[in-house]
Amino acid sequence: MKACTGIEGFDEITNGGLPRGRTTLLEGNAGSGKTVMALQSLVNGARLENEAGIFVAFEESSDRITANAAKFGWDLVALQKKKLFFLDAKMNPDMVQSGNFDLAGMLAGLENKAREINAKRIVFDAVDVVLALMRDPGAEQREVYRLHEWLLATGLTGIITSKFGGYQSHAVDQQHLGFMQFMVDCAVTLNHELVRGVSQRSLRVVKYRGSAFAENQSPFLIGEGGLEVAGGRDMAQLKAGGIARLSERISSGVPRLDAMLGGGYYRGAGILITGFPGTAKSTLAGAFAGAACQRGERTLFMSFDSDAEEVVRNLASVNIRLQRFVKNGLLRLISARAITGSAEIHLMQIKQHAKALGARCVVIDPVSALAKAGNEETAYSVAERLLDWSKAAGITLVCTSLLHEVSSFAEGTPLQISTIADTWIHLNYLVHAGERNRGLSIIKSRGTQHSNQVRELLLSDAGVTLADAYTAGGEVLMGTLRWEKEQGEMLEKAEHKAAAAKVLAALDNQELELEAQLDALRRDLEAKRAEKRELNRVAYDRSAKLIRERTHLRELRGVDTK
Amino acid sequence: MTKPAHYKFRLYVAGDAPNSLQAVANLRALCREHLPERHEIEIIDVLHEPKRALADDVLLTPLLIKLSPSPVRTIIGNLSQLETALLTLGLPG
Repeated sequence: MKACTGIEGFDEITNGGLPRGRTTLLEGNAGSGKTVMALQSLVNGARLENEAGIFVAFEESSDRITANAAKFGWDLVALQKKKLFFLDAKMNPDMVQSGNFDLAGMLAGLENKAREINAKRIVFDAVDVVLALMRDPGAEQREVYRLHEWLLATGLTGIITSKFGGYQSHAVDQQHLGFMQFMVDCAVTLNHELVRGVSQRSLRVVKYRGSAFAENQSPFLIGEGGLEVAGGRDMAQLKAGGIARLSERISSGVPRLDAMLGGGYYRGAGILITGFPGTAKSTLAGAFAGAACQRGERTLFMSFDSDAEEVVRNLASVNIRLQRFVKNGLLRLISARAITGSAEIHLMQIKQHAKALGARCVVIDPVSALAKAGNEETAYSVAERLLDWSKAAGITLVCTSLLHEVSSFAEGTPLQISTIADTWIHLNYLVHAGERNRGLSIIKSRGTQHSNQVRELLLSDAGVTLADAYTAGGEVLMGTLRWEKEQGEMLEKAEHKAAAAKVLAALDNQELELEAQLDALRRDLEAKRAEKRELNRVAYDRSAKLIRERTHLRELRGVDTK
Repeated sequence: MTKPAHYKFRLYVAGDAPNSLQAVANLRALCREHLPERHEIEIIDVLHEPKRALADDVLLTPLLIKLSPSPVRTIIGNLSQLETALLTLGLPG
């Protein structure tokens, strides 16, 4: 049985939350987020599980704690009326101490209170503060045991927060508190440190009796809604999203590129655009954002390179007009240039912005910025999670990534995203005949028929387009060479046409001539035939006349015909 | 000569926890010694009256409150450090 904390990521790490009816120790240095985490799980217990809770504040006044938590939007005021009870257990500095004391009185009072409001969870925040008053290691240890026994007896799900005791502490008189880790059923340490000047928060589940848990350090963030832990990959969510995977195609913003891709990007796909500086990666990403807004889809554009205004201005120069979309709220342009943070922090910020906006399309320009500032170790897994997340959420993600000339040979990206991206478009400078031209090629595009040709990417104030590829002797022609080739072909075509017309005319003439000859011959033939017929008739007439005359002659001579 | 002040004490204890028992014994001894015939002790066991613990802001036990004469003073602990206790209560050591 687990008590969910409702803290994004933490419940995944612990397979469901804190041990119910048992005690969890949160240890960490000042400012590491112990109080926020404890309070958040109490608040979420009340909100999500309808479990009443008690918060015992040894270090800060409850007013200050609730004021600090106000920005998280947990609606503590309403919860305090019904579900949450805060006990101010901050010691009065004027209180005089004479001899040993114990927590029995408070625990008796709390037990009564817990019954009264039917509390299921309790937090003892900064228990080390009250223990330090005892100035007696034996007494401190005894009180910790008393607290633990009390928690077990009441069956409450307990969270005890404490500054580091044990081996992490440099103060010798605190080391005996290290045994708390052995006593409790679940122990979590929180860290806040600087890695090469970048603030990194992380937590680690040190132990969890009777349960599997993620043992690695997990970075976390204290964001707008409280703690968010970078959990493992949320496969359940991914699967749920997988069912809805669509075969829908959406435009890349460049119609001819859509044609090359066999209809555009897939909805929900991860697209990677790589290239050297200045190869118009951002422009291509901007064209996608513009097309998405044109369809009325909310779009997040995270720029790690330039200011939001610069992005708008630069894209306007190639006729990608984003200003109106920024104004009507469809496009959220975030410049994360000034923010230094770990890759995890960036990932969470991306998620937060996308969630707040309800984004269907997200552009990260460039994603290689995640690997900045000492994040090389974690950046890869972050990039992977970024893609998983966008897939699960059905968000179409376009990432640009800088490729350094040295690494270009292998066409691999520093973050290795190329292996998990669905579509990978590479932009390159092709230097030939004294010119540098932008070449675009699709290295891969899963599930689509795609062109294997390198096309020339043309940027002008009319927009972004791809030029036809001219291949000559197995080489794609670009720039002036392409233009020359185009001109040459046009001329050749015209010549061809003229020549053909000439031949045609000549043939027409010949045809007419022959027909005329044919006519004459036919007439000749007719004449000959007529003549022949006349001759035949005359000959016949003559022989008939001859016979008649002979007969007549005989008759005249009167001779008999013997 | 003015009549010596009458002391009213309230001692919060937690059942028969060792510190609580010690506090009761130490307070009684202190009164016998320094305030014979002019003290009054009210003992509240928060295990029997748990509501009073939170209502009276009694978090650590044992806890002694000197209600009168003014000013009101609060001492936590089993009163084993007698000098501190006497000093706080305004009694000669």
